[in-house]
Amino acid sequence: MTQIELRGVQKYFGAVQVIKDLNLKIDDNEFIVLLGQSGCGKTTTLRAIAGLETIDGGDVLIDGKPVQHLKAADRDIAMVFQSFSLYPHMSVYENIAFPLRATRKSKAEIDSEVRSVAKTLQISDLLARKPSALSGGDMQRVAIGRALVRRPKAMLMDEPIGALDAKLREEMRAEIKRLHIKQGSTTIYVTHDQIEAMSLADRIVIMHEGVLQQVGSPDEVYSRPANLFVAQFVGSPVMNVADVAVAEKASSASVTVGGAATGFEFPRALLSKLNGHASDKLALGIRPEGVIVRREATEGFLPVEAQIVEPLGSFDIVDLKVGSTMLRARTRSGFVSGPGVKVFARIDPAQAHFFDTASGKSLGVRL
Amino acid sequence: MAAVTTSTERSLNKLAIVGVLIVTIIFLAPIYWIASTAFKPRNLATTIPPTVVFQPEISPFVKLFTKRSQLRTAPTPEQYAAAPWWERLVFDGGEKVVRSGRGEVQWSGYPNRFMNSLIVAITSTVLAVGMGTFTAYGFSRFRIKGEQDLLFFILSTRMLPPVVVAIPMFLMYRAVGLNDTHWGLIILYTAFNLSFSVWLMKGFMDEIPKEYEEAALVDGYTRMEAFFKIVLPEAATGIAATAVFCFITAWNEYAFALIMTNRRAQTAPPFIPSQVGSGLPDWTVIAAGTFLFLLPVAIFTFLLRNHLLRGMSFGAIRK
Repeated sequence: MTQIELRGVQKYFGAVQVIKDLNLKIDDNEFIVLLGQSGCGKTTTLRAIAGLETIDGGDVLIDGKPVQHLKAADRDIAMVFQSFSLYPHMSVYENIAFPLRATRKSKAEIDSEVRSVAKTLQISDLLARKPSALSGGDMQRVAIGRALVRRPKAMLMDEPIGALDAKLREEMRAEIKRLHIKQGSTTIYVTHDQIEAMSLADRIVIMHEGVLQQVGSPDEVYSRPANLFVAQFVGSPVMNVADVAVAEKASSASVTVGGAATGFEFPRALLSKLNGHASDKLALGIRPEGVIVRREATEGFLPVEAQIVEPLGSFDIVDLKVGSTMLRARTRSGFVSGPGVKVFARIDPAQAHFFDTASGKSLGVRL
Repeated sequence: MAAVTTSTERSLNKLAIVGVLIVTIIFLAPIYWIASTAFKPRNLATTIPPTVVFQPEISPFVKLFTKRSQLRTAPTPEQYAAAPWWERLVFDGGEKVVRSGRGEVQWSGYPNRFMNSLIVAITSTVLAVGMGTFTAYGFSRFRIKGEQDLLFFILSTRMLPPVVVAIPMFLMYRAVGLNDTHWGLIILYTAFNLSFSVWLMKGFMDEIPKEYEEAALVDGYTRMEAFFKIVLPEAATGIAATAVFCFITAWNEYAFALIMTNRRAQTAPPFIPSQVGSGLPDWTVIAAGTFLFLLPVAIFTFLLRNHLLRGMSFGAIRK
């Protein structure tokens, strides 16, 4: 049973504040992913929890007890580094046994625990090798083994698969997930890769410039982004964001994108939900799958011209020129034959998000 | 390096090999000269042109280790027959081994000087490399106020020729009684080598990713344990390379050894030329002394050659 809590954590590097008043509660057995661009403070947060970085304000609590004054060695937390950090002069066996030797366990106990972890990770036949003789994936397995062997209160992982090639990354991702389900320890995982975050996390914590932006399940952060940053950071291809003007029509609301001649039709309920929000500070966010494309003229669809077609195998991404802006739509492969083709588009109101451009915050409008 | 392809490149390559060979011969010639003279009979040591083919003998080494005097009268056949083989070699050279009243062989000053050299060079190397490693670790891993200034200050101790401070050092040493002591030379050589050791070791420490120690810290070890269990083994290459350089400096140092010591703690470098002395110098004995003096450094360097190569190119390799 391990809960980790951050209360008002502040961290400065010189004059630069890298963590700004961070509050976060992580439950027992939870898999939390800290997601953000490089330099957003996610790794510093992880290191502060591990005890490798001091904090300048606030509390780090493990199971309710403040630990910010404890040394890393006394926090009973294991960490997997991006660079693997396997001790090059030790064999795989010695690497995995290393944390146990600090606990002064008997030789027999150490041996049985090392072998049991090696079996779980399917690296039993590599125990005699030196790290330099291992492949990237095996190195990471050993690094995870070294972290697991002590049965720590929590596992911290700092971009553990970032250094691997794409195929291996996918394999290891699945393996980490499997291992978490099997071992069930509180895990904090840092990455800048949103696909990794979506596929692994119970909850994703999105950070930007030292500030926590949103905490939520992968589905929540994807379908209900709290602000423009989250909206554009999560999801690939990125969400379309465009300044819009909303006007009242007889039985509907019209949303004009990029100063186009005609607006997209939205239910009238939009007007009451926007509640008179100033039109000049309004942005529409719509994911490419929320832009619906037809080949023939249909009621409620606007005529648009395809500018670029990107075939991505299972689907295409088509850039559509609407007024002065470009909307990216996701279509079936080959649905739009090429650039210059005239098609008809509509925005699915159920998938539309509205943001205040001044604050960047979502207005929480759901239709 | 790109593969050599054109014929011009091939001939340039051959030319380079010839150049390297010539330079190697120039550098090795004095060492060959010393080594061959150490095994020559005395009368062949100074022939012009030099004798290249000769029957090697070890009498120069016997003479090197023993105290000798000129033979006034040739030894009687009984004396000659009773003498051990090595004493006969001295007789053959027209000298005799000096013995005490009780008949014990009197040693020359060389073995003592050689031991002094070993004691001083090894101890000062251990101290300089040890302190340098700790200091370099501190500079490499912690944020230290005025770090750059401190590092520059450490380096600045090597900026003036050491001999500039010879006279003040001599007076200081005489005042505190460090003259002609092992510790006197050890302290001096440690101080000389320390700045070099700190700078070289800092380069190596900077190359060791700090994640290794961080991993050890998270694994439940203190920083000191992490240093000894993780950093030191990783720094072995750097330590070996630094040790070779420090050892060579301390082993070869001549000027201070000459000024600061005269008997008890004198090292081999000032002793060997003092044997040229008055009268006809025996160059074979001097060559034998020099040859033996070369060996420890040669052996030490040979044993650590792989580390040394890495040490010479440190900073040039990215991990």
